[in-house]
Amino acid sequence: MSLKDLVAPFMVWGRALQKPYTQKNPIITRPGADRYRGFHVNDIHKCVGCGTCEEICQNEAIDLVPVDGIETKHGDSGLRPKIDYGRCCWCALCVDICPTSSLGMSNEYIWIDSNPEVFRFIPGAENKTWDNSKKGYRRGEGYDLLEGQRVPMPMLSFEESQKTFIEMVQGFSREQALREADRCVSCGLCIATCPAHMDVPGYINAIRNDDMEEGLRIVYEANPLPASCGRVCSHACEDVCVMKHKGDALSIRWLKRYIVDRIYKGDYEKILSTGEAKNGKKVAIIGSGPGGLAAAYYLSLLGYEVTVYDSNEKAGGMIRYGIPEYRLPYEQVDKDIDYIKSLGVKIVQNTKIGEDLDFMELYNNNNAVFFSTGLKDPYGLDIPGEEFPGVTSGLSLLDDVTIGKTPDLGKSVVVVGGGNVAMDAARTSRRLNCEVTILYRRRIEDMPADVEEIHESQEEGCIIETQAIPLRIVKGDKTRLKLYWGRAEMVTDPKGGRPRPVLIEGSEEVIECDTVIPAIGQQADYSFLPEEIVNNIKFNRGMVEVNEYKQTGDLKIFAGGDIVNFKKDAISAIANGHSAAKGIDLYLNQL
Amino acid sequence: MVEKGCANLFTRSQKHINDNPKLPPIVNGRAKYNLESGKYLKIWQGPQHPGITGNMSLELTVCGDEIVDCKTHVGYLHRGFEKLMERRKYMQCFPIVCRIAVPEPDFNEYLFAATVEELAGIEAPERALWIRTLNLEMARLASFFMWLGGQSGSFGMNTQGQWTVTMRDYILDRFEELSGGRIYHMYMIPGGVRADLPSGFENRLLDTLKTCEKCLDDVELTMFNNSIFKKRSKGLGIIHPDIVDEFGITGPNARAAGFKRDLRKDEPYLKYDQLDFEIITGIDSDAYTRARVRLQEMYQSIDLIRQILAKMPKTGSFFTKLPNVLHWNIPEGQIYKKAECTRGEYGYYLRSDGSDKPRRIYVRGPSYTHAVSLMERLCIGGNISDTAGLMVSLHTYPPEVER
Repeated sequence: MSLKDLVAPFMVWGRALQKPYTQKNPIITRPGADRYRGFHVNDIHKCVGCGTCEEICQNEAIDLVPVDGIETKHGDSGLRPKIDYGRCCWCALCVDICPTSSLGMSNEYIWIDSNPEVFRFIPGAENKTWDNSKKGYRRGEGYDLLEGQRVPMPMLSFEESQKTFIEMVQGFSREQALREADRCVSCGLCIATCPAHMDVPGYINAIRNDDMEEGLRIVYEANPLPASCGRVCSHACEDVCVMKHKGDALSIRWLKRYIVDRIYKGDYEKILSTGEAKNGKKVAIIGSGPGGLAAAYYLSLLGYEVTVYDSNEKAGGMIRYGIPEYRLPYEQVDKDIDYIKSLGVKIVQNTKIGEDLDFMELYNNNNAVFFSTGLKDPYGLDIPGEEFPGVTSGLSLLDDVTIGKTPDLGKSVVVVGGGNVAMDAARTSRRLNCEVTILYRRRIEDMPADVEEIHESQEEGCIIETQAIPLRIVKGDKTRLKLYWGRAEMVTDPKGGRPRPVLIEGSEEVIECDTVIPAIGQQADYSFLPEEIVNNIKFNRGMVEVNEYKQTGDLKIFAGGDIVNFKKDAISAIANGHSAAKGIDLYLNQL
Repeated sequence: MVEKGCANLFTRSQKHINDNPKLPPIVNGRAKYNLESGKYLKIWQGPQHPGITGNMSLELTVCGDEIVDCKTHVGYLHRGFEKLMERRKYMQCFPIVCRIAVPEPDFNEYLFAATVEELAGIEAPERALWIRTLNLEMARLASFFMWLGGQSGSFGMNTQGQWTVTMRDYILDRFEELSGGRIYHMYMIPGGVRADLPSGFENRLLDTLKTCEKCLDDVELTMFNNSIFKKRSKGLGIIHPDIVDEFGITGPNARAAGFKRDLRKDEPYLKYDQLDFEIITGIDSDAYTRARVRLQEMYQSIDLIRQILAKMPKTGSFFTKLPNVLHWNIPEGQIYKKAECTRGEYGYYLRSDGSDKPRRIYVRGPSYTHAVSLMERLCIGGNISDTAGLMVSLHTYPPEVER
């Protein structure tokens, strides 16, 4: 033993005077650190119940459950995470991955209760003391497990696109599609919102697995027109995509298109099921738009002998005649329709029911009739001068271009309206070398057209005048027209509806142009229905009333498409066709 | 049992065995005795025993208070983490790995992240690598503090344990503000780390280091100069240099036997190649030398943390964007990564079959060799009252043996 060993203990005597290390809890409480992973908090009004937290939780501690006061709606499952603290390990992966950033953790760590049940709790819904705690773990800047930005779609430049009818959107490459598909969290909010309830996460998963055949099978389960829908669908799914809360929604529409683009038309037969054997029953379908074609496809899979009657030269209805080629090339419409035809669906063209063929003949010779004749009669502007030769309609312009006519629009065009038809008409006119002005009576944010359509039309050089109400059309020099229009102010609706444009008295401006194209909507034409049928079917404000299987008051007659639903888009018509097919099968098998 | 040519390194116990005709002969490293003879008694130390580092047990055969045979038993702490991970997506494995070695989860986090990153072809940003290095050294210091308390306590000195466990808690305070957790930090994630250093963190850490250094000085005075400690630990549990490779002994246990081996120097990972330090070794290879080596490594660790704080970039990204972790498929392949933890070589083997879940993860914890096979060997001939001190001097963690 050395001397140092002897004296060493006395060299630390100073410790006797030091304050004790320990704190007297609970007299002195010690809050958790600012970043402490304590009890969960959840802003339940920001949360949309996507279930990504449940998906990532490795302990399966999270369940999504209904919560009082939270309604299920589009983009919100109505469920909220319930966490089992007997399982939770406070790793905070749920917080990291939460796409809405509603989930977090407080720095609270003491919770005593004699009832073990309370430790399975719904953060944010149980009025805990830490609910509003600003401290505690949150996903910080510079760290993110999900990608908020979408992969940009290669497109023609606007300088190029306004001169050509070549398809603007060029489609994803394999690498781009894989990157975009990778962003999906498979929450399924899109399935609930899609009118046709397409299994979006399913086919996106197929893209990730590079299994296009599986992808096509999934797509065809709910949509027999994917080549068209993959281009022009109104994509309600993307409006509710949970990734929108992080930045951009997934490009669901383009991913669907990617699957279809990667499969050659001739291979469809090998990949898709051809359905049941023929059962000998006959169904007539009037109108070969998306509703009619979808009904035809699913009925034919169920073994029915289907004949589609259409007044145009080619099948497709609005998706062929109402959508310009630069958005939806005709060969893509053909790709969809040819496959439906290959299943044995007969399509009789150039046959207008009521003129070339009597409706009752169809009614009597078939077991059921489905009609989705769409909205074809454009509304007029209802102003003086609209009967002048230079005034046409958006639909007839699009129709003319489709059948190969080159309409003489002159040099400058005024399009009236703010819907997709108005945008299509404007951009088509632009491609026919016209100066285009769009007049719309409300504000730009009120336009029913797709946001990207509005943006692209502006980029292509269309001038949009909002809060503009056309007053009258007067003849100008030679074939020129003068469109007088007045400014409108937006008057809020006392009942809470959307603001109404009211003309500001005395305001008046004039545009000189060669052609005026009203595109303010269209209505249905039911003149082909004989009176005894009309009496059986109920109508409501120009629309046919149907039950959930799209069955009308006359049990043998089913209806779908724009004449039935308010959304008036292709995918809703397809969904109608699908449910009508189920309805017809149910009806005929019960007979 | 007699090792050739190393007479000066004979353990006290080995000499004792050879000199004492009453003890049973050793055949192939195992005592040969008849339990029925009435001369021997079988007792269990553990699995619940303060003298065992965690949940494992020693089945001891004693003759008087001398140990003639020892069998180690594990299995009380098996949680099946390696298997659990085969059923989880890669990112879901990340909260599991920290539980494999409770007192220093960071080595698991780092190695898991590094193996996944390497197979997936992802590079963590520069600053993340520095933060990880910082983290590992903080973990080393905290873990050694806990060991120091155990080592002094196992020889009956309870005071130092109180100090060192407090020091560990001060470091855990820093971990808490850095990562949000005291024990399971879950901070190093594939791709980098989960958050940047909080503001003012460096200064608070430097203050903590100062406190720790002062405490270490006191511990050195009162523990390493304590004659009881010296007497009991010197010559206890000598690891002969010849068996170091045979048993796969690494870390301070090997360095105390004179082996200049340290993965931080030999195969530098993270930012260790940019840090200035020497490998600390000892000669005598007994419990006292091992304790000395570890004490010096603690001072070294404090120095390393100061170096890291001075050298690391002050700003920059700390996380590389990963593919969507909900369906992250790692390319097919296999990899083994290792790091120098407080107890030696810590290794992670990862085998991927190209799916979103690991096909196999194997964890090499240095405690496995130290606690299971080496302990059996070193115990023999020792005194039953020294078992606790011997076990702690090997610095073993049963959770890492069992996973």
